[in-house]
Amino acid sequence: MASDYTPTNVSRRAVVLGLAAGSFVLSVPLSRLARADEEKNGKKKYGGEAMSGGLKDDPRIFLSIADDGTVTLLCNRAEMGQGVRTSWAMVVADELEADLARLTVNQAPGNETKFGNQNTDGSRSMRHHFVPLRRIGASARKMLEEAAAAEWGVAPEEVRAREHEVVHQPSGRRLGYGALAKAAGARDVPAHDALSFKTPDQFRYIGKSDVRLVDNMGITTGTAKFGIDAQIDGMLFAVVARPPVYGGKVKSFDATEAKKVPGVIKIVEIKSPDIPSGFLPLGGIAVVAENTYAAIKGRSLLKIQWNDGPNASYDSKTYRQTLETAASKPGKVVRSEGDLDSGFAAADKRVEATYYIPHLAQAPMEPPTATARVTKDGCEVWCSVQNPEAIRKDLSKRFGLPIEKVIVNCLLLGGGFGRKSKPDFASEAAILSHAMEGRPVKLTFTREDDIHHSYFNTVSVEHLEGGLDAEGKPTAWLHRTVAPTISALFGPDPKHESPTELGMGAVDVPFAIPNLLIENPEATAHTRVGWFRSVFNIPHAFAIQSFVGELAAAVGRDQKEFLLEIIGPDRKINAKDLSDTWIYGENPEKYPYDTGRLKGVINKVASEAGWGRKLAEGHGLGIAAHRSFVSYTAVVIEAAVSPEGDLTIPRVDIAIDCGAVVNPERVRSQLEGAVIQGVSLATISEISFKNGRAEQSNFDGYEVTRIDASPKEIHTHLVSPTGYDLPLGGVGEPGVPPVAPALTNAIFAATGKRIRSLPIRDQLANTV
Amino acid sequence: MTNFTVNGKPHSFDGDPDMPLLWYLRDIAGMTGTKFGCGQALCGACTVHLDGAATRSCVMRIGDIDGQEVTTIEGLSPDGSHPVQVAWRELNVAQCGYCQVGQIMQAAALLNEVPNPSDEDIDAAMTGNICRCGTYPRIRNAIKQAAGGAK
Repeated sequence: MASDYTPTNVSRRAVVLGLAAGSFVLSVPLSRLARADEEKNGKKKYGGEAMSGGLKDDPRIFLSIADDGTVTLLCNRAEMGQGVRTSWAMVVADELEADLARLTVNQAPGNETKFGNQNTDGSRSMRHHFVPLRRIGASARKMLEEAAAAEWGVAPEEVRAREHEVVHQPSGRRLGYGALAKAAGARDVPAHDALSFKTPDQFRYIGKSDVRLVDNMGITTGTAKFGIDAQIDGMLFAVVARPPVYGGKVKSFDATEAKKVPGVIKIVEIKSPDIPSGFLPLGGIAVVAENTYAAIKGRSLLKIQWNDGPNASYDSKTYRQTLETAASKPGKVVRSEGDLDSGFAAADKRVEATYYIPHLAQAPMEPPTATARVTKDGCEVWCSVQNPEAIRKDLSKRFGLPIEKVIVNCLLLGGGFGRKSKPDFASEAAILSHAMEGRPVKLTFTREDDIHHSYFNTVSVEHLEGGLDAEGKPTAWLHRTVAPTISALFGPDPKHESPTELGMGAVDVPFAIPNLLIENPEATAHTRVGWFRSVFNIPHAFAIQSFVGELAAAVGRDQKEFLLEIIGPDRKINAKDLSDTWIYGENPEKYPYDTGRLKGVINKVASEAGWGRKLAEGHGLGIAAHRSFVSYTAVVIEAAVSPEGDLTIPRVDIAIDCGAVVNPERVRSQLEGAVIQGVSLATISEISFKNGRAEQSNFDGYEVTRIDASPKEIHTHLVSPTGYDLPLGGVGEPGVPPVAPALTNAIFAATGKRIRSLPIRDQLANTV
Repeated sequence: MTNFTVNGKPHSFDGDPDMPLLWYLRDIAGMTGTKFGCGQALCGACTVHLDGAATRSCVMRIGDIDGQEVTTIEGLSPDGSHPVQVAWRELNVAQCGYCQVGQIMQAAALLNEVPNPSDEDIDAAMTGNICRCGTYPRIRNAIKQAAGGAK
C-alpha cells in the first residue's frame, strides 16, 4: 500500500535493488548516449529530450525493491493535483508486472542531473515520460526474470514475470520479487532494444479507471505533507513586506513598533532587484519571529516609505485604452495568408469585434511557502515547487555553493497553476535563513502577499475582423492580439508576444480561410507577467472562438456547423504552415495540427451534449473548441439567464483528444477542474491595478468560483482513450481555454447579449 | 492562560490571546493537518470543529476558546474511517488535496446537523470552502455517499 509522503528516498527496510541500498552502479544511461549521437549528427531535439536534464530511464535511479517485495518508486515530477504520483505508479507497476498495492511512491528531491527534467509545467509530464516510465518498468522486469533464470539454471525464455513473482513455466517454480531483488540488482540494465513491452490488451493498470490515488489516505487524514507543512527543528517563521509596485524599493523604514511584538526576533531588509527582475524575489522588509502570527502582527506595525519606481502609475482602466488603441492600428505581422484586402473586397458582410481579458492570479489554495536552512556548508530547502532545479540554480549562485550542496526536498503542492514554477519564495526563505546565521526559516506568503505578488496572467485586447461572402462563407480574417509578454520578466522591455505565446492559439488557427492576417501590435509590461494554467491560450481562444460565434450569428448559421465549416476539410497541417515555430517544443512531423481530430472532439461533445435539443426559456447552448499543449478539446455549455440577469450553468460537456489515456480517472478530474477554473475566470475573477498596485487582496476582492456557482453537471468525454498509435498530448491545461467562449456563446444563444469583456460579473443585469 | 482541549487532549496557552487558533495549532502545537488559506475566514481551508461546530480557525482568537473542545482533522476519526473520509477516498475527490481537510471538516459538521442534505443544503453549507482545483462535483457526490453510508 502506498503510504506517507516522504520527501527523500530513505527507507528503513533492507533495499536490495536500486539506489537506496548503495548498490547503484554508475552507468551512462542509454538515452544520454543516444542524445550525444544526435548532437553529433546535428539533429534537433524535441519534447522531453530537449528539456534541461533530458529524460532518464535507468531503473536503478527510480526503483528499489525491498526483501519483503515492497517496490518503491521515486517520482521525479511535482504532484500538484494532476495525479502524477498515482499515474507514474500505474505505468511502472504495469510494465514491471508489480502489484500496485505493494508499490510505494516517494518523491525525488530536485536534481536534474540524476533524475532528468523536473520542471512540472506545460502539461508535459505524462506526454514526455510515458515511454521512459515504461522502460523503467520493463527493464526491472527483465532484470528480475534474468535473475530467476540464473538462479534456476534455465533459459530466460522459459521464465515470465507475473503479478510480483517470476514463474518458471515448464516446472511451475516461482520466486517473489523480494527474493530476487538482490540478484536482479547486480545485473546490467538491459539495452533499449532488448526490452519487451506489454501490448495494450495486457495492461492491468494503464487505461483503467478504478485506481485510487496513492495520497488519498494522507490527504483525508491531514497527514499528507505539503510544502507549508515542513517542520524543521529550531525553525523560525517569517513574512515579508514587499514593494507594492513592481520595480519599487524601500526608501526608509521604522521597525520600532514591530520589534515590540512578543515573539518578533529580527527585522531583515532584503535588497530589491532592478527590473526586469526575472525570478528574483522583490525585496522589502522581512519580519522573522517565533511563529507566523507574531511575524504577521509585526509586519502590520512596520512603517515603510516606498520609492514606487517606474510602474507607479500603472492603471488598468487607462492601460485597457492603451491596448485598445494599439489594437485599432496595424502591428507586427506574425502570419499572413493570401491577401486580406481582396478578401474583404469579396465580402458581402463585414464583422468586427474587440475582446478584453484582465490579469488573473493563480491563487493556489496553498500560498507560496518555503522553509530553508543555509549554512556555510550547504543549503537545504523544503517546499512545494513545480521547478526545483530553478531553486537549486538560484541558491547555488546566490551563496556560491556547488549545486550538489543545494538540496531541494519536494513536498506536495497545494495547487500550482504556474505560480510555483517560480522560485522567488524559496529564495526569500534562504536569504532569511542566511541572515539568521543558519537557523531554519519558514517563509509564508499570506493570501494578500500571494495576490499582490503573483506572476499574473497577461492582460489582453484582441481585435478581430471577418469578411463573409453572399453564401455566408468566410473570405477574410484579421486578428490583432495585444498583450504584455512574459519575456518582459527577463529582457529589456520586449513589446511583442514571444513565439511560444503566439503559438498558444493566435497564429495556429486551423481555419480554411483564403485571406488571413494576424498581427501583434506592441504592449509594454508594467507588472510581472507569468504562466497561469494554459497561459496565452486563454485570451486567444476566448477571442477567436467568440468571434466564430459572432460570424455564425451574422449569417444566421448554427454555431457548431459554422465552426466545422470554418475549420474545413480534414487535413494535417505542419506547424510551419501556421507560422508556428514552437508547437509546445514538440516535433512538427510527429505533431501536425490534425483538423480531423479537432472536428472529432467537436462532433463528440456536440453529440453527447445533445446539441440542438429543446431548451427552457432563458437557456442557451454554446460551443467552443481549441488545440493547446498538442491536445484537442471542445466544450458545450448550457447557460441559463434569469429575468433578473442571474447566470447559472446547468450543464457542461467537455471532450478531449489527447491520444491514449493512461489514467482516465485523473484525466476526467483534470477536465472537471479545468471547467470550473474556466468558469471562474469567465464569470468573476479579475486582477486590476491602480497606482501601480493590485487592487485585490484576498478572496473577497479576487473572487473565484465556489460550489454554489459551480456547474450543476459536468460530463467528460475521452475521444481516443486507446489511441496508442497517436502521439500523447497534454491534459492539465487544455481543458481551460474553450470554457470561457463556450459560456459566452451560450449566453448569446440564451439572451442575444454578446459578452466581449471578461469577467462577466454583472454585465447580464437588466439585459434580458 | 487559556485552557482547552484539542482532539480530547488538554492544551493551555499563555501567549498573545489575539493569536488565531490556526497558528497555535500549526506553529506551536505542530499539528499541520489544519491548513492556512486566507487568514480572513474567506476560504475555509482552516476549518476545525469548536464544541462540534465548524469554525474558521484563522480568525478564532485563542483567548476566546477557554474551556472549549477543538477537533481537528487529526482527531476526526482515529484511523481515517469517518464516513466522509471514506467517501472522499472512494470517489477520489482530491486533486491537490490542500483544501480537502477543511472541506471534510465542513462536510462532517453538515452531516451532523443534516443527515441527508439536499443539493441546496450542500451548496449552502459548503460555499465558504474554496477549491481552486475544482473538485466541487465530487464533493457534492461524496457528501451524498457519506450520508447514505452514515444511515
